Amino acid sequence: MAEPGHNLSTKHLLGIKDLNEKDIQLIFETADTFKDVLNRPIKKVPSLRDVTIANIFFENSTRTRLSFELAEKRLSADVVNFAASSSSVSKGETLIDTVNNILAMKVDMVVMRHPYPGAGVFLSKKVNAQIVNAGDGAHEHPTQALLDAFSIREKYGDVAGKKVAIIGDILHSRVALSNILCLHKLGAEVMVCGPTTLIPKYIHTLGVKVEYDLIKALQWCDVANMLRIQLERQDIKYFPSLREYSMLYGLNKQILNSLDKEITIMHPGPINRGVEITSDVADSKQSIILDQVENGVAIRMAVLYLLAGQKP
Amino acid sequence: MQNLTLLDGQKFQITIKRLCHQLIENHNDFSESVILGIQPRGICLADRIAAELQSILPDAKILNGNLDITFFRDDFRRREGPLVPNSTKIDFIIEGKKVILVDDVLWTGRTIRSAMDAMLAFGRPEKVELLVLVDRRYSRHLPIEPDYIGIQVDSINSQKVIVSWKETDQEDKVILLSEK
Repeated sequence: MAEPGHNLSTKHLLGIKDLNEKDIQLIFETADTFKDVLNRPIKKVPSLRDVTIANIFFENSTRTRLSFELAEKRLSADVVNFAASSSSVSKGETLIDTVNNILAMKVDMVVMRHPYPGAGVFLSKKVNAQIVNAGDGAHEHPTQALLDAFSIREKYGDVAGKKVAIIGDILHSRVALSNILCLHKLGAEVMVCGPTTLIPKYIHTLGVKVEYDLIKALQWCDVANMLRIQLERQDIKYFPSLREYSMLYGLNKQILNSLDKEITIMHPGPINRGVEITSDVADSKQSIILDQVENGVAIRMAVLYLLAGQKP
Repeated sequence: MQNLTLLDGQKFQITIKRLCHQLIENHNDFSESVILGIQPRGICLADRIAAELQSILPDAKILNGNLDITFFRDDFRRREGPLVPNSTKIDFIIEGKKVILVDDVLWTGRTIRSAMDAMLAFGRPEKVELLVLVDRRYSRHLPIEPDYIGIQVDSINSQKVIVSWKETDQEDKVILLSEK
């Protein structure tokens, strides 16, 4: 339980690293109420009616961007959207110039996705607006980690003591790092599993278990979070072929049925059906993939509400 | 700090009973009426009123819900930090019903303004009334007045009115807290 009167200990949401356990519990408790709001006939509250938010995406996104935009609109904020591909960035404008120009139009918050790690931190030091990191390169994706942990809490009642295996391309995944940090802060055990080439060399310093055998990882865990192979971030070949990867690390119904317990399947999306996960698993009762998406809006509403509520 | 007890003991119970009888005068068997307690401090009064009404009208179905107003407040970004919301629990339809909003203390009227806003997300009631245990007179910021009043008190801004409940604070009591 978050203490009454507790506020977030940070002005921006740049990574899970900056949050403490009380912050995370506060975000969860606030998201509980927003989830309730989202199930009402009128799904909107007026809290952020005098707040303007710019969604700046220098990388492609479907879920995160839609989810942020919906969360902002449900809170009655004014929203402007910006995609780098259709903007002056392609004419050579720098990040700070782009953002300062947007802020000159009286924008209070910036939700940013960027291919470079640390872009959010950099921006938070240079411009006068609250920054929410919607993914920076292979570094962090805090709202995804929060919604993943929130979905586990919803399914099991509590995150503490649960065993979570993160399976797939750990090396290129911002979801993996944010998830590891968030789950540890909430008292869960974390294991990573994937081909040796896709496990970062210093992963042990994060205090996680490492397993190279998919079946062993699945037998250990309560929840399996399946990650996509991030081909767009791989400049060299990390494994011989997608087919071989899928034979060794792809989750199918047969493997799932062979386990002596029922585990929960998660996936941050987008799914490459038939690579890391087969359709019958992704669409099975054990999968909470669509619950994750639903919870994403509530979690993002909570984050925006708690950040915007700090006195400007 | 100086405490002045405004209401306690038998007088407190009589006040609750009187409010219930006044409600029955206007709402008959409550078939078309619902009670909404405003979170966090109004729900104790709403629960008490609902229980008392049920004992006076054993055959009636008294509908009682909780309304949270956190997201509808007008001081967001004007106070130090955001308030943590409480739960809203309305398991019935308010469309076309007579709604009785219930809160412990009416002071500036801003909470009630937010409550009316929050309530409209659930439908369009036929009529909305306001019941309060304590009315702090002459201190309104908005044109809002109660329909049912437990007691009226004349107070200045630096004073506080505290309502405690047997269920949560061991005692039914209303006190006026002054600084000197």
